Amino acid sequence: MGRKPRILIAKPGLDGHDRGAKVIALALRDAGFDVIYTGLHQSIDDIVNAAVQEDVDVIGLSIYSGVHVPATKELMEKLKEAGLDDITVIVGGNIPPKDRKVLLDLGVAGVFPTGTRFEEIVEFIKNRVNGDGEGN
Amino acid sequence: MAKEIKEEDLRKVVLESGIEVKPIYRPEDIAHIDYKRDIGDPGEFPFTRGIHRFMYRYRPWTMRQYSGFGTPEDTNRRFKFLIEHGQNALNVAFDLPTQNGLDSDDPLAKWEVGRVGMAVDTLKDMEIAFDGIPIDRISTSLTINATAPIILAMYFVVAEKQGVSLKDVRATPQNDILKEIIGRGAWIFPVEPSVKLVCDIIEFCARNAPKVYPVSVCGYHIRESGATPAQEIGYAFEIAKTYIDRVLERGLKVDDFVPRFSFNFDIFGNMFEQIAKLRAGRRLWAKIIRDEYGAKNPRSMQLKMIAGGGGAGLTYEQPENNIVRAAYYALVSALSGTQTMALCTFDEAYTIPSEKASLLALRTMQILMEETGVCDTVDPLGGSYYIEWLTSEMEKKIIEVMQEVRDWGGMMNAVEKGYIQAKIARQAYEYERKIQSGEIVKVGVNKYRSEKEEEREIELYDLDLEAVKRQIQRLKEVKNERDNSKVKRCLEDLRKAIKRDENLMPYIMDAVEAYATVGEITKVLKEEYGVFTEPPIF
Repeated sequence: MGRKPRILIAKPGLDGHDRGAKVIALALRDAGFDVIYTGLHQSIDDIVNAAVQEDVDVIGLSIYSGVHVPATKELMEKLKEAGLDDITVIVGGNIPPKDRKVLLDLGVAGVFPTGTRFEEIVEFIKNRVNGDGEGN
Repeated sequence: MAKEIKEEDLRKVVLESGIEVKPIYRPEDIAHIDYKRDIGDPGEFPFTRGIHRFMYRYRPWTMRQYSGFGTPEDTNRRFKFLIEHGQNALNVAFDLPTQNGLDSDDPLAKWEVGRVGMAVDTLKDMEIAFDGIPIDRISTSLTINATAPIILAMYFVVAEKQGVSLKDVRATPQNDILKEIIGRGAWIFPVEPSVKLVCDIIEFCARNAPKVYPVSVCGYHIRESGATPAQEIGYAFEIAKTYIDRVLERGLKVDDFVPRFSFNFDIFGNMFEQIAKLRAGRRLWAKIIRDEYGAKNPRSMQLKMIAGGGGAGLTYEQPENNIVRAAYYALVSALSGTQTMALCTFDEAYTIPSEKASLLALRTMQILMEETGVCDTVDPLGGSYYIEWLTSEMEKKIIEVMQEVRDWGGMMNAVEKGYIQAKIARQAYEYERKIQSGEIVKVGVNKYRSEKEEEREIELYDLDLEAVKRQIQRLKEVKNERDNSKVKRCLEDLRKAIKRDENLMPYIMDAVEAYATVGEITKVLKEEYGVFTEPPIF
């Protein structure tokens, strides 16, 4: 009952822009979530392993280099293979509007481009993860 | 009767660097400042007003838009396009695999080949990128850090093949690994060997390629990651001093190499604070180099910089507003007395710069330079009560920042332990909170927001997957055609040189000349030096 939502903030690939990842990690922590940050230069396998090890409810990918579609695609596939498709995946960073739908179609729960308000992300995660049922 | 408004009634203004600003400044605010001692004429110690006597009246700033994408052929075309349109210097972007020492066919490089810059695997790629570009007449900035020794070595070899002697090569490899660890993320090796490689380039250039600026110390990315303007300068100076101290240990004198140090600073935020930070930075750097290091050559004391519009000030919302922001940042850069300018383009929250956006940034600078009179008089804000007062205050703040780094046991330790990373991440978070609360206004984001989000007409860069295939194909061809036993020998020589702790530049030049790949050379370095592990910061 009522464990804090556990969130993995992950930086897939070689992109070194981690201001957004660190900022959202701090914001989610202040909102009362358990937050784990992977650090830079993670392969998708690294991220899936970290998600298992840390037993997270949510994975947040932070991407500024333009690889959001292929990186997300691979993550969704590998989560499925590992039987982890109950994990909620959200994506943030430099995401052009036209790619929002592409990401949602891949099975991502939410897309939060640069500049999204913290409370929007916090509310989203609470609604998805919190104990009141099967998510929305 | 209307109530008289008093100063106390006004809203309080505190700059990011923590300086409270009054509504009016008067002569008494700058009574402690002595013109000759603290300001000086342009071109005179302490260079507060600028490092050259006539500044832009004699030579306007250099314009250097960051560009490079896809294959070397694509980049070569963009370079020629920019030169045709009046740009007089290049600023090369490399893709992430190149920055991280991976070849285009490396599994870890998938998705990223040619995406945010040009892909370079071997010397062949650099030959193509600079084909038809006169290396002796164009100065080239290479935005490369962890793999800077490899890419610079390739540039040198391309120059030699064009018949240009190393003595005449004008280039600036960024080559600042400490800021990469603090804020840009393209690091490979642990701190100690990383700094050794930085110093190898500085030493090699001082002895062999005297027109190269071997390092561009980047306050820019530290500020983009959340540092205040005072921290941007203070951290950059502590980084620069770290490199200087290491190179001095190799037997060079300060005046042998510090004249070729350059810096990269960021413009966004309060305009007067930015102008004051760079004026204060020039003054403080001159004093540090003269008084702490005993330099005699005034050129060692001159803070040379590229300063331009940063990405952190730009917004995803209402992207056309960024065109206007960039124009202000350009003005601020000019009023700060920069030597070189570049602007982040309006579309950078979406994509790497389109050709249209790059050209618009170039035109922004040209309009400023040619139409507004900004080049007519040196340091036109010098002597302003506010600017001179603020310059002094910023200098004090920068000194405090530098002291804190020393209290942390120096820059290497601060970076290794993550002290700076933790501090600026926290600040970035606080800054974002202030934007979200409306305390810091961003037009179009938290004020004057459009209710109806109109269709955003941003021309997006689509990675050409065929080009990626061609790049990998070329790598394969080069590997087939080269003398593989020679490559092997060169890499073994490099390994031995690492073990003997020699300057690695000559060995890396031999290796690239034999068409060893970026990935092969990096692999040897990784095997000998290991890789950096990020310190946990929260």
